[in-house]
Amino acid sequence: MTSGRGNSCDVAVIGAGMAGMAAALFAAERGLSCIQVGSGGGILFASGLLDLLGVHPVAEGRLWRSPYAALAALAREQPGHPLARVDPGAIRTAFESFVAALGEAGLAYAPLRGRNRSVLTALGTLKTTFGVPLSMVAGANLLEAPGGRQPCLLVDFRGLREFSARQIAATLGDRWPGLRCQRIDFPGFEAVPELYAAHLARALESGETRERTIALIQPLLGDAHAVGLPAVLGLGHSRAVHAAFEAGLGLPVFEIPTMPTSVPGLRLLGALERVMAARGVRRRHLSSVRALARNGNPGTMTLELDGVPGGERLSARAVVLATGRFSGRGLTADRGGVRESLLGLPVQQPASREAWHQRDFLDPSGHAINRAGLRIDAAWRPLDASGQPAMPRLYAVGSILAGQDWMRAKCGSGLAIATAWAAMEQVADHLGGAGAG
Amino acid sequence: MHLPSFIETQVLIIGGGVTGTALARDLALRGVDCILVERDDINAGASGRNHGLLHSGARYVAGDRDAAMECRAESDILKRVAAQAIQDTGGFFVAVQGDDERYIADFPAHCARSGIAARAVDVAGARALEPALSEATIAVFEVPDASIDPFRLSLESLAQARSLGARVMRRTRVTGFEREGRRIRAVRVQRGNGGNEVRIVASQVVNAAGAWAREVAQQAGVPIAMTYSKGTLLVTHTRLAGRAVNRLRRPGNGDILMPGGTVSILGTTSTRVDTLDDIQATAAEADLLVEEGARMLPALATMRYVRAYAGVRPLLGSSGAADSRAVSRGFALFDHEEDGLDNLATITGGKLTTCRLMAERAADLVCRRLGVTRPCLTATTLLPVDAASVWTGAGFSARDWMHSHHADDALLCECEMVPGSAVDAIVAGLRAAGDTPTLTDIGLRSRVGKGACQGGFCAVRTVAHLYQQGDFEARRGLAEILDFFGERWRGQRAVLWGEQLAQAELTEALHCGLFGEELRGAALIDVSAPAAPHGAANADPAGEAAP
Ligand SMILES: Cc1cc2nc3c(=O)[nH]c(=O)nc-3n(C[C@H](O)[C@H](O)[C@H](O)COP(=O)(O)OP(=O)(O)OC[C@H]3O[C@@H](n4cnc5c(N)ncnc54)[C@H](O)[C@@H]3O)c2cc1C
Ligand SMILES: Cc1cc2nc3c(=O)[nH]c(=O)nc-3n(C[C@H](O)[C@H](O)[C@H](O)COP(=O)(O)OP(=O)(O)OC[C@H]3O[C@@H](n4cnc5c(N)ncnc54)[C@H](O)[C@@H]3O)c2cc1C
Repeated sequence: MTSGRGNSCDVAVIGAGMAGMAAALFAAERGLSCIQVGSGGGILFASGLLDLLGVHPVAEGRLWRSPYAALAALAREQPGHPLARVDPGAIRTAFESFVAALGEAGLAYAPLRGRNRSVLTALGTLKTTFGVPLSMVAGANLLEAPGGRQPCLLVDFRGLREFSARQIAATLGDRWPGLRCQRIDFPGFEAVPELYAAHLARALESGETRERTIALIQPLLGDAHAVGLPAVLGLGHSRAVHAAFEAGLGLPVFEIPTMPTSVPGLRLLGALERVMAARGVRRRHLSSVRALARNGNPGTMTLELDGVPGGERLSARAVVLATGRFSGRGLTADRGGVRESLLGLPVQQPASREAWHQRDFLDPSGHAINRAGLRIDAAWRPLDASGQPAMPRLYAVGSILAGQDWMRAKCGSGLAIATAWAAMEQVADHLGGAGAG
Repeated sequence: MHLPSFIETQVLIIGGGVTGTALARDLALRGVDCILVERDDINAGASGRNHGLLHSGARYVAGDRDAAMECRAESDILKRVAAQAIQDTGGFFVAVQGDDERYIADFPAHCARSGIAARAVDVAGARALEPALSEATIAVFEVPDASIDPFRLSLESLAQARSLGARVMRRTRVTGFEREGRRIRAVRVQRGNGGNEVRIVASQVVNAAGAWAREVAQQAGVPIAMTYSKGTLLVTHTRLAGRAVNRLRRPGNGDILMPGGTVSILGTTSTRVDTLDDIQATAAEADLLVEEGARMLPALATMRYVRAYAGVRPLLGSSGAADSRAVSRGFALFDHEEDGLDNLATITGGKLTTCRLMAERAADLVCRRLGVTRPCLTATTLLPVDAASVWTGAGFSARDWMHSHHADDALLCECEMVPGSAVDAIVAGLRAAGDTPTLTDIGLRSRVGKGACQGGFCAVRTVAHLYQQGDFEARRGLAEILDFFGERWRGQRAVLWGEQLAQAELTEALHCGLFGEELRGAALIDVSAPAAPHGAANADPAGEAAP
């Protein structure tokens, strides 16, 4: 297919969350010209960890060592789940290619080994995930070391309010006796009461601050086999910062994901933006789509954009809706019910608002509202009220889809990446050989 | 800690709401030794689930003149002696097109008859002062209503009582009475959840258990005729009006919008309920409030709400009346002498506004029985400010922090401006009283968890702070977060639509998606370790017990 120019393209992707990014990347990799509309989405809040599928069934809170075994069980027991509709081989390919693209953009992940890993969180819990940034993997390695958990030092910074090394060490203490903690003042920020992770990450890109920080940690090492820090080791140059810490301390160093706005989220967003640029995806990151309609010209659709003076119109042969749920703005809820925000597509949802949520926030089975979403056909096209595809070339991917609870199943990125891959396969099929004008 | 099998005191007070705490203070000021037992925490009942309206009495002028005059007198007293807990906002009574013209016309005369100053305000002028009022407004009167912080009132009353020797036992529930002839010889209480049982031997016992007074009296073998009315309230994201705004009509649903620091509180409903178990606001009640409230203040229809909560009013007297608003909301003091007991009294019903008077009447009875002749001092003695109790109000937190901010004192909650030093002061206060502070205790005594995030962010910071200060150890933080969210969530379900639903989704993405808190014990399991109890292919559950 040809590379589109100006305002027309093969595929317009609406949304720049994990699903929209994956869709745009896969479109480009298939040689489709692509315009992506929308700003950062949930990625800014994300931990940098790429979940595939960690828990199934959600109501039992069952953890899985192999995400592929979990996917097989999901396919058997919950065939309507969007992840169950994607071929596991395709999921493997999609993940590999997503992670490879991030790597090219300077955000390295540990090699995917076909199994889930556990990563320490700021709360002292262990998160089950799949794709682990290289900067975090030493912690996962330490956890699963065959000879038992080696002594480890956790360091935090006074003023970084949501991160207490002492809390993590206390929470895991009985399972990891060699876990110690120390608090230090962040060099140059000694008099500042409230520190923000992003500021520290930027500061650590300066060699001097880095050296001073390493010098403060050095005398605390003791018998530690590794050092854990809040995820603040650099932004755009995280690889170099992380390497400098490991070299300076002479030990494996790992980051622990923090509360949003998280530095790994910023890095992920930055890397994905570089990927988009490198693959020729045209981005409208200051715009949002106000209206979408089928065109007089058969086979194309028109998107009207807000956000730039005078607005803008795009023409696309296929459109991928990756607008997310309530916080992404893809779904809108008022007292009377839930609707899809852009086109008013019907949303599969509980009968009344009283049934949206459980009486217990942490109820093991999750909230019914989180399984609400768009219904799709076998080709990933959202259905209208009559059960037919709403438009012949409109596709939907990511968390807006019905029948899943990514927060409980630990499958956020997996859902985004797998559905984007599968939908793009359909798009390429449907568009056939002809390129855009 | 090993407790003696019995404790002695002159007066045992059952219930730590505004009435029980006012009573503890009243007795302590008269030099009477007392113990207050509270099943849960201070103001865990109706006293923490009300509108915070210090009634001028105007709401009751047509239906219940005695109540109106009682409110007028008591609100005047509280404004004098407990000024720190009160914001003298003033109040408007507002009628809109379609409201009963007769009621409107009679209102000024009714107010005058009860001695309540009501001044007619022209509609344009009123709308200039409160721009949120509807265009359909037809009449407005100004009355001396005010806003009162019941948490601060109770906490500072108790702090003074304690300084005079009163003892307070939180998380202590009355489980039974030992009777001997016409006397209660001892009251059995249970400490904590499944904790040890203690006997309290008191000369006099006062049942101030609010809506639970019937249950408590029953344990002593004494019947009280009481029914319950559930009332639901909604908290807005931002403040809509500076004054207490009342609907000028016979009391009904969604009549009142109260300012509460940076938010407004819309209420209430009134529904008969038969049991006190699991009282929660429902979606239908939220809808009713929004729709009724919007007739007076149209912006309420599109407002973002951050919270809903429900309280129960005890209604005394006949259980047959159809409208629970028509049953008396006055208070009752039972001496139980006709029931064959000489040392038990029950004080219940009434209002937050009249809690001081209720306590005075109960204390008068108790003192008469004890032969204590010192008079009541609460109408004239200023309520002292207590350093651990000043963090309940939104406005205060911000003001105080701005003045005293220094480098070591980071804000744990930015929306509600709660610094670490506030948490430390609250913890110190609880410890001084011999208590073990919990995250939920801190929530009740501060604005932590009360802003838009409803604790999603600030609870994590507060827990981190508590670990850092050495207040929390081992796995306590996780358990505390679970408890805290449980409590916060009860107040969210009914208002989760629009922006607040998006916020709740983000909280869940963080606390479940990332931290895995819903997995409880399984969130501490390493899925990849060879030692983990699952095979390579079909891995299985986490299989370890919750913390
Ligand atoms: C707190 C938090 C923690 C997380 N932790 C993890 C984790 O540990 N592991 C993991 O794998 N994933 C994690 N995630 C990320 C998660 O995988 C994704 O956020 C989730 O799958 C949703 O992605 P999405 O792309 O479907 O939707 P969103 O991220 O919500 O993206 C929707 C996008 O659509 C855009 N949009 C909406 N309407 C329009 C319009 N009309 N025009 C243009 N654009 C529009 C929005 O601006 C946004 O860019 C986390 C997310 C959050 C919020
Ligand atoms: C929805 C609503 C709105 C209201 N709005 C207003 C208003 O705006 N202005 C106003 O003046 N009044 C208002 N009120 C009334 C006011 O809230 C109550 O009158 C007042 O709080 C009652 O206080 P109390 O101490 O008597 O009872 P409660 O506050 O209910 O206290 C009773 C306490 O006893 C404890 N207890 C129960 N059983 C036991 C046991 N077995 N052992 C130990 N302890 C026990 C409970 O945990 C509870 O803390 C409102 C009430 C409701 C329900």
